[in-house]
Amino acid sequence: MKINLNPKLQLDPQHVSSYGDATNDGAVQLSFTLPVPFGGVAKEAARRFVMNMGFQKAEVVSMEDLGEGFSFFVVFGHTSLGVDISNIHVVELDFQHMEREEVDRFIQQGIGRKVVVVGATIESDAHTVGLDAILNMKGYHGDYGLERYQMFDVVNMGSQVSCEDLIATVKEVHADAILVSQIVSQRNIHIQNLTRLMEMMEHEKVRDNVVAVVGGPRIGHELAIELGYDAGFGPGTVPSQVASFLVLKLVERKERDRK
Amino acid sequence: MERLSLNVDRALVSQAKDLARGIVEDVFGFISDHTTDSIERAVARFFGVDGVDSENVPLPNVLIHHLEQKGVLDLGSAFWIANGCLAKNLSPNELALAVSRGELDLTQIAAQPADAVQGWVSRMCKRAVDYLENVRDQREEMIENMTDPPRPYRYVIVATGNIYEDVVQAQAAAKQGADVIAVIRSTAQSLLDYVPFGATTEGFGGTYATQENFRIMRKALDEVSKGEERYIRLVNYASGLCMPEIAMMGAWEGLDFLLNDSMYGILFRDINMKRTFVDQHFSRLICALSHITINTGEDNYLTTSDAIEKAYAVTASQLINEAFAKKAGMQESYMGLGHAFEINPDIKNGLLYEIAHAMLARELFPKASLKYMPPTKHMTGNIFKGYAMNTLFNLVSVLTGQDIQLLGMLTEAIHTPFLQDRFLALQNADYVFQNARNLGNELGFRGGGFVEKRANEVLKQALNLLEHVSDVGLMKSISEGHFADIQRGENRGKGLAGVVKKSVDYYNPFLEEIQRRLGMEGTR
Repeated sequence: MKINLNPKLQLDPQHVSSYGDATNDGAVQLSFTLPVPFGGVAKEAARRFVMNMGFQKAEVVSMEDLGEGFSFFVVFGHTSLGVDISNIHVVELDFQHMEREEVDRFIQQGIGRKVVVVGATIESDAHTVGLDAILNMKGYHGDYGLERYQMFDVVNMGSQVSCEDLIATVKEVHADAILVSQIVSQRNIHIQNLTRLMEMMEHEKVRDNVVAVVGGPRIGHELAIELGYDAGFGPGTVPSQVASFLVLKLVERKERDRK
Repeated sequence: MERLSLNVDRALVSQAKDLARGIVEDVFGFISDHTTDSIERAVARFFGVDGVDSENVPLPNVLIHHLEQKGVLDLGSAFWIANGCLAKNLSPNELALAVSRGELDLTQIAAQPADAVQGWVSRMCKRAVDYLENVRDQREEMIENMTDPPRPYRYVIVATGNIYEDVVQAQAAAKQGADVIAVIRSTAQSLLDYVPFGATTEGFGGTYATQENFRIMRKALDEVSKGEERYIRLVNYASGLCMPEIAMMGAWEGLDFLLNDSMYGILFRDINMKRTFVDQHFSRLICALSHITINTGEDNYLTTSDAIEKAYAVTASQLINEAFAKKAGMQESYMGLGHAFEINPDIKNGLLYEIAHAMLARELFPKASLKYMPPTKHMTGNIFKGYAMNTLFNLVSVLTGQDIQLLGMLTEAIHTPFLQDRFLALQNADYVFQNARNLGNELGFRGGGFVEKRANEVLKQALNLLEHVSDVGLMKSISEGHFADIQRGENRGKGLAGVVKKSVDYYNPFLEEIQRRLGMEGTR
């Protein structure tokens, strides 16, 4: 992967370090709490704690008493460690972004019928902000939701949908795509939920018939792929991006199946 | 103290209040004609039924389920409990245990003399309600003998899942200056049709609301209150399938605030609307008697809809919540009507909109204890920008004279608050509240200016919605999706099976006694 570093700086792609106010100064700001009562020992403990992380220099610039034997610190550290970015490969979602009208045309020409999309927030999660942003007529950031497209048939199941109900609906309406949104992420409950759904989809033999995508503030594309989904969309995603991905993927599959 | 005022069309205000009163009156026939599982379980709890059976099912559930199975819950649980206790010479708890072991069928016990049953019920009811009043009076005495901090109260949450660890965090937060501590419930506890029993040390994203957990936390905060000579309030959550029971437990253990919304469960938890309307009334009677400040959940409207476009939904819901609370005999100062600072930070003059909305709430409900919720929807993970947003939120609150300030956390949308996040939030609030304490007394709004126009515009929109709701009825308008863009059918959602039509002989002594002590005209 080719990354363009700023040519005005003297940077070595094999040893990139954090930038405070000078190249390779390795400056990092940290803030944390130690369960050590406020005082001299706590302050020295904070400094050494940071040194133990691999910093060469650590300066405790603020210490506050949180009570109950806790102290809060702001520490600036300097490190000589760096990172080799020349061998980093990341999975990034790469597709052609189309506008709403283009997507509709693309479906008419490439699929020739309406695309059925089922969306839900699953299990205990009651938050539908993300799902509604993508599906509702109104959309998000001036980009209309999938309900506004001529060539999508949208079934928005809302929040707290059990995996069982979601899969039953997918079968019933012959869905082409599933959109799952997960916001609640305390103790990684979103991962458990998504894993369970994927296992059930495979067990119920619906996985291969649909494009499955997930979205949410803690969802990255890489995580989605790892869990067996086709794509993951994070914060700031607009509906037309999801729409484009879905239809491109569907057509790609159709062509693959033909071969 | 003088506070900032805004010119709001008073004719529109009284129209809106009349409409809200009528809307609530209209569903009141239904409320008076019905009882629910959870109300009857609360009655059993008032009589002293507590604990769990050999399979860990709470005894109030065992007992009420038994009466439901026998098809006699329409008489209310009080008669059956009294009759059984008298005939078998058992305490209510012993009676419930016997039922749980399958040793007793309460409907097969011969009817005891009516006088004896009535005497037993009156005595036990009086004892329980006296206890509630005693808890309330002791707490009020405690507050009188300490400093009651200036408003807005600084409200923070703890959410470790382990009540004992919550105690450590809550005590630390109180010592750092928090005035109000809320123990966040385990995710989706509102959907449980029972209240777990005992102290709990595991939860998802929060700690189970149980009576024992309430007791542990209240005791811990009383210790800090005494040490700091500043009264620290405790909050938990009643909204959900067990609203009446949690209100009973909260009142019993001396909680100060309870989240208690007349529509939240319906809209955001898909709990059946009939169940919710009936439950909220009984739970609010308890809160009214115990001087528990209810907190309503209007902030949720803005996390699902646009905060400018749907500002009127907040206002309309506040008016309906107020009308329901009044029907439960609640004084205005115990109404913690909610709203939120949720406007997209990229909007030009977003601050003016926020001030207009906050002032509208203040003008509409001058005596209420307004609950103001922090930015959540537009918190991105950039903690530094988030901290700046929280600063403006605090400024608007102190300027416009809000009462209960849910402090924004810089790590909102990332994780449950770290110890230090709470500390930083308190520092931010202290700084802003101290610096701008009397800002509102010095300023006024320009006549015909943006804020005045905006507040009146939102009020007019709310009035339009209330007019429609009044025409079609509250239940129908919820099913049409007029609140939070969410549609809920009258006979759909969780908990409908637990709604029971009262027979002519239905009897709930607590309903009567609490209403009597609140000086209300009795309904059955």
